[in-house]
Amino acid sequence: MRSRLSPLRIVYGDHRANWRIGLVSAFLTVICLIWIYPFVWMISTSLKSNAEMFSNPGLIPQSWATENYARAWTEAHMGSYFFNTLIVTVGSVVIVTTCTSMLGYVLGRYRFPGRNILFFSFVATVFIPQGFTIIPVFELLSRLGLSSNLFGLTIATSGHAMVIFVVLFAGYFAQLPRELEEAARVDGVSFLKIFWYVMLPLARPMVVTVVIMQVLHAWNDFLLPLVVTLANPAIRTLSVGIYAFKGEQFIDWTGMAAAATISIVPIVVLFMLLQRYFINGLAGAVKG
Amino acid sequence: MFETLHRYRYHYLMLLPGLILGGMFVFYPIFAACYYAMHDWSGFNSDKVFVGMGNFVKLFTDPIFWDAFQRALIFLLGTVPLQMTISLVLAVLLNNQLLKMSTYFRTMIFLPVVTPVAVIGIIWTFLLSPFNGPVNGLLLDLGLISRPVDFLGSTDTVMPSVIGVYVWKWLGITMIYWLAALQTVPDDVYDSAKLDRCRGAKLVWYIVLPIVLPFAVAITLISAVGALNVFPLIMSMTNGGPFFASEVMEIFIYRTAFATGDGSIPRLGYAAAAGVFFGFVVLSLTIGQAIATRRARAGAKEIRS
Repeated sequence: MRSRLSPLRIVYGDHRANWRIGLVSAFLTVICLIWIYPFVWMISTSLKSNAEMFSNPGLIPQSWATENYARAWTEAHMGSYFFNTLIVTVGSVVIVTTCTSMLGYVLGRYRFPGRNILFFSFVATVFIPQGFTIIPVFELLSRLGLSSNLFGLTIATSGHAMVIFVVLFAGYFAQLPRELEEAARVDGVSFLKIFWYVMLPLARPMVVTVVIMQVLHAWNDFLLPLVVTLANPAIRTLSVGIYAFKGEQFIDWTGMAAAATISIVPIVVLFMLLQRYFINGLAGAVKG
Repeated sequence: MFETLHRYRYHYLMLLPGLILGGMFVFYPIFAACYYAMHDWSGFNSDKVFVGMGNFVKLFTDPIFWDAFQRALIFLLGTVPLQMTISLVLAVLLNNQLLKMSTYFRTMIFLPVVTPVAVIGIIWTFLLSPFNGPVNGLLLDLGLISRPVDFLGSTDTVMPSVIGVYVWKWLGITMIYWLAALQTVPDDVYDSAKLDRCRGAKLVWYIVLPIVLPFAVAITLISAVGALNVFPLIMSMTNGGPFFASEVMEIFIYRTAFATGDGSIPRLGYAAAAGVFFGFVVLSLTIGQAIATRRARAGAKEIRS
């Protein structure tokens, strides 16, 4: 709105600006249509029969072959992979949010013996690549007897991503005002209750950010589930499942397009609904 | 000692769950990886033999490893500048408050970011396929090529193709970072620039960019670290092929440790050594960035004041 009130605009009007905005909009529209073409192509292919795929290069399917979805869901096991992914995602979100909010709260707001060394350890490991730790992680899971079940996959998925969230939570809790907490303490509210009833609700924007980033991470994760499911294909996640599908049925393009659509629909719907939180959450990560 | 523990008992209690998790999957693996890297170890059920720095010595003389390392760097240098500049241009355009559809554009550009990498890899294998793939179809129709190009199947085109897909996949997130940075530019900066008749490219180049520079360093780092962790995309597109032409660090580690393929024994200690070396490269990048950010921030403060 600022620019509408600028003195130059009041004197000269804004015809020139309108013309330029139109040009920029047209340019961006073209870019964006090209940008999302792969998705349109994928959905369109998932609705064609395998024969039509080769004869009809257009985007509008003629046969509306929904049996591709049935084939992907049952024969390619996308159905069970879908639920595996859901379990891992929900489980790791609960674990990660609980653990990192408490860690971040204590590290961000209190000074106690061992605090600095702990905080520094977390900051220092933020960028450790998965390739560094994958071998010991797999060995640890094997030794605990968790190397080929969903529970093991869930806690390992939680463990890898948590560091950055601890740092984000610590930063957020550190800048909240002291007064509320002190008022509660004077009233005799216990330490744990202050966290649960006073501080955690105040940190809701950061909780939302962490939940969203962890959902993205768990739904997308590849190296860890690939390694963990090598011995037990039944617990594959969607990402690994579709990778295996490609290896086994390379010619079934339409089935794979259907499988791909199945695995992106939930996350895309979630993104559309919570878009504001996604964008603000990610922006918050770079501003901090 | 006991008194301190008692006094801060709730603090330590709340740390406990997170510390167990972090201990198991972050801190223990770091030390364990360094320990394994000093052993000759062929398979999870076999014994480890201590070889000291032997694995590292072998690693540094292994041409396959250096090729993978070099490719990781090529990938880094190929993606980051492209990603940074294209996303900055888009962010500057979208940041215009008169642009009514900017939210829709943003959503569309962000869409690949929320799509699982493995799915992206599969879709692009189809799109780039030399057999009936739409990209080849378009290029043939336009008369730009006379016969289909096997983008992912030839050693010359595989890296540029993977780089292109990677930039497409992650551009949205870099753009969000840039938009966040642009939002910190105070309104009066624009107003006074306007009074001085400074607008368009000049405004961006001389006034806006210097202010967002400290963010640029952080964004570059995040993008650079992301570009080194490209395992899922390359794995799902090419498996590191053809003839290792797209094998980067993490694929080298994975192949050496878990999927030897040709039936040879897995070399876990050797793979761990590669992982440790890779980790230290990333760590030094991070430290370099921390220093650069501090300098850039100090610089930006001078401009602003």
